[in-house]
Amino acid sequence: MINVLPRNILRIAVLVSIQVFMLNNIQFSGFVNPYFYVLFILLLPFETPGWLLLSLGFTMGLAIDIFSNTPGLHASATVFMSFLRPTVLNYLAPRDGYVPGTFPRIYYYGLKWFFKYSLILILAHHFFLFYIEVFRFSDFFQTFTRVILSSAFTIFLVVISQYFIYRK
Amino acid sequence: MRNLLRLILTNHFFLLFILFETVSLLLVFQNNNYHKAHAFNLSRNVSGYINSTIFSFRQYLDLHETNRRLLEENQALRNSLMSSYKLSIPLPSGVEFDSAWTQQYNFIAARVISNSVNKQNNFISIDKGSVHGVEPDMAVISDKGVAGIVTGVSDHYSTIIPLLNIDLRISSKLKNSGHFGSLHWDGKDPEIAILRDIPHHVTLHEGDTVVTSGYSSIFPEGIMIGNIVDFEIEGGNFYKISVNLSTDFRKFNYAYVIDNFFRKELLELEGAGGYD
Repeated sequence: MINVLPRNILRIAVLVSIQVFMLNNIQFSGFVNPYFYVLFILLLPFETPGWLLLSLGFTMGLAIDIFSNTPGLHASATVFMSFLRPTVLNYLAPRDGYVPGTFPRIYYYGLKWFFKYSLILILAHHFFLFYIEVFRFSDFFQTFTRVILSSAFTIFLVVISQYFIYRK
Repeated sequence: MRNLLRLILTNHFFLLFILFETVSLLLVFQNNNYHKAHAFNLSRNVSGYINSTIFSFRQYLDLHETNRRLLEENQALRNSLMSSYKLSIPLPSGVEFDSAWTQQYNFIAARVISNSVNKQNNFISIDKGSVHGVEPDMAVISDKGVAGIVTGVSDHYSTIIPLLNIDLRISSKLKNSGHFGSLHWDGKDPEIAILRDIPHHVTLHEGDTVVTSGYSSIFPEGIMIGNIVDFEIEGGNFYKISVNLSTDFRKFNYAYVIDNFFRKELLELEGAGGYD
């Protein structure tokens, strides 16, 4: 895979624009705020080294932060999610491991695998993000509802996007 | 020493995670106090430029509606001009009528270039900055009522903490009875804010008007905040009142920054009196 680098740079640009200019402006009664940009971390190659994974997560989160005026908030959540990714990949690994040259996508590992994979990581990201944002437990269940609804919407977008872009 | 290096190398993933998490959480907490909102001063000019380009395109789409509202407001302003009033008491000729009046508030009109209503700590950016006379702690209103307070100012852009931010409290009062309390947003519905500290013996009605009290030296007295939609007694002595905000933050395209010429004098006086 020679074109991994330009492809991922393009992906960052597209996802940040989609997040900042479209999804940040979606307002369903303040409960549903999809954070679609996490797709970038989900789709990184299996072989990505740990330090690069964390740095990319930090960069991506900071890029979103700059445009939505929330310094550090998205960066911390995305770093947390990147940290969990190798563990989750290990846990979900097929019996003979991941085949070299493949990517974590529906096309290679099926809808069921991809759904589980994105469900765990997106829930982790959204929990971290929303509870750091509120930073208290007094409205615990209100925040909880926001986490669940937003995660459901993000997962929906992530799964749908796989069928739109990576049909092959 | 070699053992230490090996320890760092084997655990580099976890250590790096801790490092990144510390840096980003530091950023979050440093920014939590809204007076430190200008930490992003440098990037504000860049992202401000991009946001203003996108916003000018989006404004184009609802130009019709915006124009209609501006027209309505201009009409209201013209109606309140001094020249629209007739002198009812005959003054002796040669008396300068307007020398008895001096300007207290100056309005700076600005365009909103980025806005959000779906977070707990929302921020708004406008396209006027220190070059245009905007300073931190100035009041910001929309054409319908109170909008927020200026926090960070760069040369050509400023950020505002709107009412829709759980950190902001505004001193407000009931228009008809004059009882005052403190208004803040509870982070739930972008149309509803909560007014507290009104004693339980006051008679309230749904639809009563809530305005600014003018006690804070930031907002002039009597600026519209909203109408009461619901109230209940909380903790025995005070009401918890839900106020429907008159400013629609989802349709917030133009703002007016208010400069109070007497604010400095008032602050100095209050400081000298020992009320810090």
